[in-house]
Amino acid sequence: MAKFFAVTIVAIAILSAIPILRHTWWMAEDISTHGAPIDEQMSETMAEAGISFVVSQIILAFFIWKFSNPKPGDKIRNFPGGAKAMVWAAVLLVGTEVMALGLFGVKAWATVYFTPPAANALPIQVQSGQFAFYFRYPGPDGKFGPIHPDQISESNQNFYGLDTTHDPDSKDDIVTAEMAVPVNREVHLLMHTKDVGHSFFVPELRVQQDFVPGLDLSLHFTATKIGKYEIVCTQLCGLGHYNMKAYLSVLSQQDYDDWLKKEAALQ
Amino acid sequence: MHDVAKHDAGVHHAPTSFIAKHVFSLDHKVIGKQYYALGLVAALVGMSLSWLMRLHLGWTNAAIPGLHLLTKNGAPGDVMTPEFYLQLMTMHATIMVFFVLTTAPFAAFGNYFLPIQVGAEDMPFPHFNMMSFWVTFVAFLVLVSSFFVGTGPTLGGWTQYAPLSALGEVGGPGEGTGVVLWALSIGIFCVGQLLGSLNFITTTLDMRTKGMSLWRLPLSAWAWFVTSCMGLTAFAVLMPACILLILDHVAGTSFFASSNIVINDQMQPHSGGSTLLWQHLFWFFGHPEVYIAIVPGMGIVSHVLITNMRKPMLSHRVLVYSMGTLAVLSYMVYGHHMFVSGMNPVSSLAFSFPTLVITIPSTIIVLIWLGSLYGAKLRINAASLFALGFISMFIAGGVSGFFLAQPSLDIMLHATYFVVGHFHLVMGVAAMFGIFAGTYFWFPKMYGRMMNETLGKVHFWLSFVGAYAIFMPFHYLGLAGNVRRYQAFSPDYMQPLIPLHKFITVAALCMGAAQLIFVYNLIHSRFWGKPASGNPWQATSLEWSTPTTPPPHNNFGDKLPEVFHDPYQYGVESSVGDYVMQASPEKVKTEHDEA
Repeated sequence: MAKFFAVTIVAIAILSAIPILRHTWWMAEDISTHGAPIDEQMSETMAEAGISFVVSQIILAFFIWKFSNPKPGDKIRNFPGGAKAMVWAAVLLVGTEVMALGLFGVKAWATVYFTPPAANALPIQVQSGQFAFYFRYPGPDGKFGPIHPDQISESNQNFYGLDTTHDPDSKDDIVTAEMAVPVNREVHLLMHTKDVGHSFFVPELRVQQDFVPGLDLSLHFTATKIGKYEIVCTQLCGLGHYNMKAYLSVLSQQDYDDWLKKEAALQ
Repeated sequence: MHDVAKHDAGVHHAPTSFIAKHVFSLDHKVIGKQYYALGLVAALVGMSLSWLMRLHLGWTNAAIPGLHLLTKNGAPGDVMTPEFYLQLMTMHATIMVFFVLTTAPFAAFGNYFLPIQVGAEDMPFPHFNMMSFWVTFVAFLVLVSSFFVGTGPTLGGWTQYAPLSALGEVGGPGEGTGVVLWALSIGIFCVGQLLGSLNFITTTLDMRTKGMSLWRLPLSAWAWFVTSCMGLTAFAVLMPACILLILDHVAGTSFFASSNIVINDQMQPHSGGSTLLWQHLFWFFGHPEVYIAIVPGMGIVSHVLITNMRKPMLSHRVLVYSMGTLAVLSYMVYGHHMFVSGMNPVSSLAFSFPTLVITIPSTIIVLIWLGSLYGAKLRINAASLFALGFISMFIAGGVSGFFLAQPSLDIMLHATYFVVGHFHLVMGVAAMFGIFAGTYFWFPKMYGRMMNETLGKVHFWLSFVGAYAIFMPFHYLGLAGNVRRYQAFSPDYMQPLIPLHKFITVAALCMGAAQLIFVYNLIHSRFWGKPASGNPWQATSLEWSTPTTPPPHNNFGDKLPEVFHDPYQYGVESSVGDYVMQASPEKVKTEHDEA
């Protein structure tokens, strides 16, 4: 039974690794300018974690195979090097791995969070609420009008609580249910929620950020490939959480301008 | 340390009435068994809920016969509603984390065996001990009662993120009374754990018998001690957090809800609260909780393996120091749950480093286990199979920690099935395997009967293969961006993943069915198992030196044992075989005496 167990462990370890090696299920294609170091980091971590996983399972299996069912008269033996060898192995192998991953990881994280958006980045606001995203473009004046939470009314389609009568900046604001961005143009996404916590996750864009009630947060990214992608909520927000999504269209500049005009006309 | 003469603390006479003996018992052994029974019932409830969830995830619109009996509005035509899915999910997680993974390996086995392993008659505060079980039982009833009150249990997940959890019914079904009952239940549970931790710590420090120095404690006793130190500080934070959450519901406070929250076009009457405050409080408890669930398993598995390897671990002390390091670091890593929460990105890096570092003591523990297997005379039985399976699962679940420790990768993996796969393997399945290893190993001492080995092995094989078949694919789903806590996969890109979900559902049903074999074995062996001798595994620690099996009311009869040796004297020559018991005065000359 011990030998069968050992073989099972090795078989499971190898079977588990195959879909990873073949990328049968893998991250969506990266369409961002900042995603490359994240993907690289993922591959490196996968290699290190994968090797640790397979090798240690094989050692476990080998020892079970070799040291079970002892013959009478067999004596126990100690691993040469003893515990000291194990502690050093762990500190050196994992310590190096930890330092390397930690340091490279800082680089990848910094490209997302420590670089400010360019001055000419396109500002877009996104508001989350149970169970939809709404986007706001500032219109020709380049300014977002103030939000009046007490005037938010879904029945009147005033999702942002804008007062277009009294606030001149709000008059040309464009509120949409879908998001469009021009390709290869940096976007500065200004995020807030009107109710509970939500999250903004676009796997292809390599961004995920929570919406936090009471906090104004922001993200910036540049989409590099024209296409239609999905924005999904990843923070449990209530019964409709699974269905809280919106589409993101990455368009050529011309198509984007046309889309914005069309949306402006609908306001 | 105590003299061999009897001491006063914890001494109470053997009860005579049924109630004092089996219900409101002061005996740590009965309390341990009560905790085990509660853990078993909770595990069966939690597992049944996961079956319902898995069926729904594989076949979303299918009717599950009889489902409407569990809920007033959650299953019209026996088809699960989205909110009922979330309610089942929340209850599954809460029941499993608190009432199974915390109670069984720590409170059940720890209560039964810690006092015996240190050579004491009982714990020093038997009334606190009794209270700790009964408040935990009440906590369980309060939690389960939420199925039958108002709009059902809370749907906010076991983490109960605010402000969804703080707003009341307006947030969704179960978010009013359901949340209050949840917070009340967990608050009460914390009281039970605090009382238990106090008893465990004082038992370890003050109740050791003559000759039982700290370094002579078995690894299981060390693990329970380390866990109780974590429990004392972690539950002391969760309890006030639960109280504040209840106040937000019943007293008009706003600890966790900020201003300007608009739901259904209505401004909510809150201001000044902080969403992130809840997350900090919760995870300051939540991450140590992961180790509260797994460290007792590490101790139990070490204890079981040593007996079945017929040799001690490469180093007793390194294992103890590593478990201690895990406990200390567990408080410094909690922020890795919050990388994309809006917390300052510099803080994310600050939490990332200790999270990566915590892999070092974990690796040391695994390497000590592996290195100790070298040159062993390994016995294969149900207990050792589950102990070895624990190591395999701990490695499998542990390596994915490398990913989740890095904020830049968390952008892709946070809140996906990758996380679900990670924690189910490393703290769910591994801890369960620790419980099973402990059960097959200690059952003969607890009930004086052997469990059926063949059924135990069948149980192991189905569980081992089943656990991998369920939880490895979770990682693949996560990499592909499959978000967790979805009752259906409506985004276009997730729909190709549904066949994989169906496969997982089938595996989960099979693995769940295998657990029924265990329950049958447990009940059958309890009454009709082969009678066990006092030391069926030829083991060395004090629980195998009791005058009767199961041990008498005061564990050791008229005289407490005296300890002469380190806990694991295996691979030696003695009058009884290849081992010398801790309480045996027989002289053994081995290198371990100098350790």
